[in-house]
Amino acid sequence: MSSITESGNNTNDGVTNAKEFLTFVLGNEEYGLEILKVQEIRGYDAVTKIANTPEFIKGVVNLRGRIVPIVDLRIKFNLGKVEYNEFTVVIILNLNGRIVGMVVDGVSDVMSLQPNQIRAVPDIVASIDTKYIVGLASVEEKMFILVDIEQLMSSTDMELMDSVAMH
Amino acid sequence: MSIDMSQFYQAFFDEAEELLAEAEHLLLALDLDNPDSEDLNAIFRAAHSIKGGAATFGMTDMAEITHVLENLLDKIRKNEMALTGEHVDTFLEAKDVLNSQLEGHRSGADVDRDVQEEVKRKLKALSEGKPVSAAAEMAAAAASAAAPAAPKPAVVAPAAVVDKMRHYNIDVKALSEKDTANLEGELGLLGDVSSKRLDNGHVAFSLKTEDSEDDIISICAFIVEPEDIKITLQSAAAAPGAAAAPADGKQRYNIEVPELSDKDAENLKSELALLGDVSISKAGGKTIFALTTEDSKDSIESICSFVVDLETLVIKDAPSASAAAPAEDLAVASNGFIEGDGFGFFEPITPPPAAPAAEPEPEPAKPVEAAPAPVIEKKPAAAKKEVEKAAAVETTSIRVGVEKVDQLINLVGELVITQAMLEERISKLDPVTHEDLLNSLGQLTRNTRDLQESVMSIRMMPMDYVFSRFPRMVRDLATRLGKKVEFVTSGAATELDKGLIERIVDPLTHLVRNSIDHGIEVPDVRHQSGKNETGRLSLSASNRGGNIVIEVTDDGAGLNRERILSKAKQSGLPVSDTMPDSDVWQLIFAPGFSTAEQVTDVSGRGVGMDVVKRNVSAMGGVIDIRSALGYGTTMSISLPLTLAILDGMSVSLGDNMYVVPLNLIVETMQPQATDIKTVTGAGFMVHVRGEYLPIIPLYSLFNQPTQITNPVDGVLVIIEAEGKKAALFVDGLVGQQQVVIKSLETNYRKVPGVSGATIMGDGSVALILDVPTIIKMGQNNNSEGVYQ
Repeated sequence: MSSITESGNNTNDGVTNAKEFLTFVLGNEEYGLEILKVQEIRGYDAVTKIANTPEFIKGVVNLRGRIVPIVDLRIKFNLGKVEYNEFTVVIILNLNGRIVGMVVDGVSDVMSLQPNQIRAVPDIVASIDTKYIVGLASVEEKMFILVDIEQLMSSTDMELMDSVAMH
Repeated sequence: MSIDMSQFYQAFFDEAEELLAEAEHLLLALDLDNPDSEDLNAIFRAAHSIKGGAATFGMTDMAEITHVLENLLDKIRKNEMALTGEHVDTFLEAKDVLNSQLEGHRSGADVDRDVQEEVKRKLKALSEGKPVSAAAEMAAAAASAAAPAAPKPAVVAPAAVVDKMRHYNIDVKALSEKDTANLEGELGLLGDVSSKRLDNGHVAFSLKTEDSEDDIISICAFIVEPEDIKITLQSAAAAPGAAAAPADGKQRYNIEVPELSDKDAENLKSELALLGDVSISKAGGKTIFALTTEDSKDSIESICSFVVDLETLVIKDAPSASAAAPAEDLAVASNGFIEGDGFGFFEPITPPPAAPAAEPEPEPAKPVEAAPAPVIEKKPAAAKKEVEKAAAVETTSIRVGVEKVDQLINLVGELVITQAMLEERISKLDPVTHEDLLNSLGQLTRNTRDLQESVMSIRMMPMDYVFSRFPRMVRDLATRLGKKVEFVTSGAATELDKGLIERIVDPLTHLVRNSIDHGIEVPDVRHQSGKNETGRLSLSASNRGGNIVIEVTDDGAGLNRERILSKAKQSGLPVSDTMPDSDVWQLIFAPGFSTAEQVTDVSGRGVGMDVVKRNVSAMGGVIDIRSALGYGTTMSISLPLTLAILDGMSVSLGDNMYVVPLNLIVETMQPQATDIKTVTGAGFMVHVRGEYLPIIPLYSLFNQPTQITNPVDGVLVIIEAEGKKAALFVDGLVGQQQVVIKSLETNYRKVPGVSGATIMGDGSVALILDVPTIIKMGQNNNSEGVYQ
């Protein structure tokens, strides 16, 4: 909670370059994604499975009348234990009007980062391909991997979009 | 004019209004030194669309102006002419005129012809490269104000254009009212026309046109025998300058009827307003209508007969409006209505003294100027009244953004689900102790259902809404081009989202026009090539494979591959002679591409197809052409379902539910073990009514676990698509229901075998099966021997 207030103060200090990130947990790694891409966070509901899709595409759900696909990043990147219970969290992303839900192990925080807090990516750090990583940030001894979620979700690896529909 | 048409008029009015507003916006933003070609194209398209619509509805005045406007814009956008401030000014003027014409058609009010002619002439002059300097313009304006009856001075550039116009008097032998109206409409395509019924039963048309006498005869020949027509050319000098004779052919009548109730008077007034300008007054127990119209006494009588007894009706010729519309009359026109008997609800309004009433006339002192002044000034007064009346009518319909409706539909969907949940929870309560609660919930249920129904009905409309505007257009066009066309539609009941319906009109209009203009040949040519002289044009709509497919098919000449290729090379498009046909056909969608030898006001500018393509793509659809030289062309527009209603059968498979479109189901059955046959180890067949159909097990096709793997324990749904039948094997049938189709592709991607998804009553998502694809997938599976 305190860090959220802090970050709020930081932005108010007139530093315009600061970006806010939502951090989430996948296995043992902490990731961050730009908070403006997040539409909402909700629990995991029953999904409707879609035939002949990879295992990490859990299916589709009804999100207030919209049909939204749900991907489980834990399966995709072989991270953590894949179980679904009342604590399972789905981050609903709004990527350029396309809505996608992703299952993660947990959502931890919202933090504000200055550009100088973001460091370049060394070659191999994470289970996610480095081309989808924009940088690393370390805050209070913890390291966060900042993901370009839009790139990741629209990549052919994710099989979420028809090739023609990709931006 | 039948009541039915009014809805289409309304749509056109709204659309044209939007287009005009858009055009104005673009015009104002236009950079003179470096105009954006995309903006010019957009303005051009707006003009083109309005022209198309106006012509469809027989609003020739608008079609004429947009036609000249288009000519000029075309030259500018093709860089044949540089854009100047003068152009923009004139375009804006033209836009204003179109707006007032639109308002005129909407409210039935008459539009100031002076301004129309003026603008039309300016546009023509500009497109011929003649300058219309402000000075010349003012001179012309001054000249017309000072001496309206005199022909334009030859020194004024625009007048030269008028000279090309010839004035014909056409005398036609006995003609019915309907034919007169038809003929007038046809002649209206050539130029300005007015008709008058003569005492000897003949009808006299007065036509101003650039076309030759032969053209007139050929047009008349569709309706009357050529022997019965007498055409005389009025000498140019005798013909008053087009702009100077606004009330040309108009007659002013005073219609006296016994005093009417306010309601009847108002009714009659609005009826008469269809003929021309009308004002109302009451005197000596009589209601008097002053009407300025081009129509004959007969038509006035026939209109009045709806409201009053003909015996009690007196129609008097009044002095011509243009010559002497007296100022007093004006006062009556604007105040007479209020003077009538009131019900005492309001303070009696004393008519203002004559002087203020006459105020709109600027200095009526000079006798020469006094004559035109009433005409010019009277129109706005009358028009204003009409506009007010129209404003009252307009409020009966509002245009709302599609997103808002979508949002509403989604919210109502949520509400229905919530309500179902509530109902389920409450059903567990004791009905005796919670009677009130149960009653209230029952009411909520009914209200929710009503709400859902009405919200859904906002969006869905049958294709008939679109199709029904075409027969008239096809007829008119065919007549004009001297072709014989039989027009058939099918699938008019196919329901389509309102948003799509509105947007499909323009592309379809273009395609239909193209088919008639370029596709179907003239009877002679058809005869020579051994075809029926009457061409066949069909418009069809159907739900196919989760798409809505709208097809325009003609049995005309077909597309000419060689010509398209050579034209494409000329225009510098990247083509090769070995391109497949389908790619060649796509070339016609390139902007500015036209193989037509001649630009007519129907088509041939090459603007249509790129707009069609653009509009269709904007809807997320694709357009496909099938054509064979000499046999005809089919333009097939396939639209994705964003929101369409489907009658479906829900079937269960394991834990999931699927929806099969009901129209593709032939029957369902529980097979006997003896009906199931194995075919050479490649698959199962089922014997149904003498036919052997392949069994497609959905569980294996979709790799979904289920308890039921033997067709005998489950249900076979016999499906048929694209002429092929198959038996889809599922666990069981759940029920038949209407479902709202939602696209999977909005947020996900296309899934083979699935055409979309829907939300079931409990809020869960069910996938809708794409039957044609499933049949194909089943065949592949069979041939590969995937299942034993």
